[in-house]
Amino acid sequence: MKKEKEAIAIPETEEGTVLFKVPFPKDLKQLKDMSPIVTLQHYGINYIHSYGQDSPFFAGLANGRLLGTRCASCGYIHVTPKLHCQQCGGECEWMELPKEGRIHTFTVCYFGSEEFLKETPFMLVLVEFAGAKTLMLSRLLGVAPSSASIDLIGKKVRPRFKRNSKFKPTDLYFVLAE
Amino acid sequence: MRPVYMVSGGITKFAKAHPEMTFQLMVKKAYDYALADIGLMHREAVDVIDGVVASYFSDHFTRQLMAGIMVQDYLGLVPKPGHRVEGGGATGGICFQEAYKSVASGVMDVCLAYGFETMSHVNTWKGNEFIALASDVNFDYPVGGFYTGYYAMMVVRHMKEFGTKVEQMALVSVKNHINAYHNPYAQKREQLTVEDVRKSPMVAWPLTRLDVCVMSDGAAVALLASEEGIRKLEKASGTKLRPVRVSGIGRGTDSMRMADRPHGKVILLPHESAGDYRNLDYPGIHSFRAGRMATKLAYEMAGIKNPLEDIDFVELHDAFTSSEIQTYEDMGLCKYGEGGKFVEAGNPFLPNIDYGVKLKKKGTIPVNPSGGLMACGHPVGATGLMQAVFAFWQIQRSIKKHFGNDLLQVRDARRGAIHSHAGTGTYVTVSILEKA
Ligand SMILES: [Zn+2]
Repeated sequence: MKKEKEAIAIPETEEGTVLFKVPFPKDLKQLKDMSPIVTLQHYGINYIHSYGQDSPFFAGLANGRLLGTRCASCGYIHVTPKLHCQQCGGECEWMELPKEGRIHTFTVCYFGSEEFLKETPFMLVLVEFAGAKTLMLSRLLGVAPSSASIDLIGKKVRPRFKRNSKFKPTDLYFVLAE
Repeated sequence: MRPVYMVSGGITKFAKAHPEMTFQLMVKKAYDYALADIGLMHREAVDVIDGVVASYFSDHFTRQLMAGIMVQDYLGLVPKPGHRVEGGGATGGICFQEAYKSVASGVMDVCLAYGFETMSHVNTWKGNEFIALASDVNFDYPVGGFYTGYYAMMVVRHMKEFGTKVEQMALVSVKNHINAYHNPYAQKREQLTVEDVRKSPMVAWPLTRLDVCVMSDGAAVALLASEEGIRKLEKASGTKLRPVRVSGIGRGTDSMRMADRPHGKVILLPHESAGDYRNLDYPGIHSFRAGRMATKLAYEMAGIKNPLEDIDFVELHDAFTSSEIQTYEDMGLCKYGEGGKFVEAGNPFLPNIDYGVKLKKKGTIPVNPSGGLMACGHPVGATGLMQAVFAFWQIQRSIKKHFGNDLLQVRDARRGAIHSHAGTGTYVTVSILEKA
């Protein structure tokens, strides 16, 4: 199969070659048959990104506290915080989430976006908390990727926090509680 | 609103890369095909087309803002009205519906919908990063943003909730790849087995590389017209058109973060009752509420009471084998929870193709007879329009003319549904096409 052929191929890299000259035909009619010129072009940016009204969540993580929001009007709980209620539109208050949740679902990523490729395999998890219908997306640590099975669903998990906060949602991760 | 018809379509074959063409030329090739198919010369087309809608998903992939106008300009259709739409993976489906509205409203008699994507301009893993940026960059993307991972979590919950099996998902891949084997427009034409799918490298458990569609460069166009527009086109080209009616459109949405989707009651279709789903928390993350809403609205508009009886085939957004199974349920081809068994029994397979698998109820309602995104490719902005073109050819019964063989022609195709879906079920469109 094709896969095997791919497996023995030399790795393709993106360095490319600086190109100063290209061949050019005498007869302009031949131009349409020439190969396209493909060049490497870099694009990079630093953003000055504000978490805005969601900032207290990240301040919470930096202090080892997991925060969600509760609607002041209807009581709906947003485990991943929203300042305004997705059910009724009312303004929410910050609240501390329970110290224990359960695995709602999970996966093991063996590949990933370029930014996370070096961290593979890693586990993503959606965590549920008693009394709330919404969930929290996070990393699950301490579970062997090879032990992935439906039986992990419903297992109790606890939040853990990075000591040196990076002010990213990965300041938080979960481990099995039992 | 007045009746709207699709009158022609074209596709620039989806491929891993088209370095020999810029995106303008990719669209131009599909456009030229659509014009030639109805015997229309460029000059005449420019006279008759009232305006356009442009579809492409990612400014990151193009690294060119306002690429839409550059295509319109290349097609020679300035200074006519035009705009670009964007809605993730559903961009093409949204584009089709905006062109529909332009005609239905009476603003235009003839409207061109065109879409493209150039995903080959970055490597696959950077491409996955761009796609993952279509998830909340405060809370979701930085955790390990990866769309296959997101869909894997959804299907793991589907497996838990309903007992769906990985082998059932693999059957979707087998079906769509083998269908595509007979489609010259397909990017991947492979005869696969369930074992091939399961032995393929794991991408995000339980989805393997053959459970996931590939990235592509490609373009597609759909030409829509009113009855007056058809008269104008026939006069300009001197040929009799074979229009297909667009009889229903529907669209639905859901929260960007899967984590936010509240658990409530199922949105019911006419052939379902509340008793079917007494203990189901909906949509959870196992189902696509946006897909159900889009379906409900489109079926209502087209007068569809029971899709299995009233629809002859479906072209749906199978970016993942799992999402095809979930979509059978959203579209009411079977009840929620029965998607795995639905494919296992053979319902969505073509009756006349050999898949090397025993299937009890083969061909009840062919789904993705073209091969779908899984095998045809998924150049995002073009994908929803590709589905429209395939559905149009099915109902025109012109598959043989365009594919060079009629193996994928659905017999007596009278009415079809197309379904376009943005990750992770945030925007979904369903449109109904039928014999005029
Ligand atoms: Zn509220």
